[in-house]
Amino acid sequence: MSGPSVHVVPVRIYLTIFVTLLALTAVTTAAAFVDMGPLGNLVAMAIASFKATLVILFFMHVRYSTKLTSLVVTAGLLWLAILIALTLTDYFTRGWLGVPGH
Amino acid sequence: MSANARAPLAHHFDSFDQQRESASLGMWTFLLTEMMFFGGLFIAYIVYRWSYPEVFIAGSRSLDIVLGTVNTGILIFSSLTMALAVRSAQLSRSRTTVFFLLATIVLGAAFLGIKTVEYHDKFVHHHLPGQPGFHLAGAPDQAHAQMFFVLYFAMTGLHALHMIIGAGLLGVMTVMAARGRFSADNHNAIECTGLYWHFVDIVWIFLFPLLYLVGRHG
Repeated sequence: MSGPSVHVVPVRIYLTIFVTLLALTAVTTAAAFVDMGPLGNLVAMAIASFKATLVILFFMHVRYSTKLTSLVVTAGLLWLAILIALTLTDYFTRGWLGVPGH
Repeated sequence: MSANARAPLAHHFDSFDQQRESASLGMWTFLLTEMMFFGGLFIAYIVYRWSYPEVFIAGSRSLDIVLGTVNTGILIFSSLTMALAVRSAQLSRSRTTVFFLLATIVLGAAFLGIKTVEYHDKFVHHHLPGQPGFHLAGAPDQAHAQMFFVLYFAMTGLHALHMIIGAGLLGVMTVMAARGRFSADNHNAIECTGLYWHFVDIVWIFLFPLLYLVGRHG
């Protein structure tokens, strides 16, 4: 029987991720007060996605997990993207063509 | 050895490694269903914000950005203590594990406490959807304005419910840790609880900019 081969992440890495997450929270709050037009949404979501990626990779150990776990997580995110993208192709395009009697 | 300090390997697994991987893979599968579940709410949010942008600006501005930002920091802090609790469990350090678990519970309770204050403010300011005398200043259409708060309460409410469930799980983990149940071989329960807690943190990481940071400039 093989011995335990669990990957114990150094405290230093957890602290680095923690400080980075706090800094990004400050950045996204500050950026909200800058008028960037429609780009503002993109910046806010990009920062949130980056923060989520850090949590998934380090706090949730996906970086240290098997390829199977990474694959399952990636596939899940892909399905979420499909759910959102295909729903929005409907709602975002409804006004494009005039509908008689509407 | 009644208290299984070295929890036995379940007979259908070849090794502790395999047992651990199966546990976290199963938890991830559950979290993906949670992701799709919250995904539906996020779509509802996008569609309504796309349809009524002014209402979402007025609604977002009525939220307390200071409390929202502080709460984001508290939740991130609780994710750190959760990660450290799992790490201590991996190293079989029961006392440290208990300490970090209790810290996570306290931080989670602080988050919910602040959330309660915010909910109370909504009630006082007549920002509850369906509340008699509902009025949101700066919103062109009060009916649509209620929709912002329907989404606000649905999303933050479900998030808070997840946190309450998470806090309950943390309580169970604290008892298990105090009994020395976790080791490098077997810390699956606390690892999966950690995955759940971090997932709830991620949901908030997206809720915060979507609810609190819309149209703050100008």
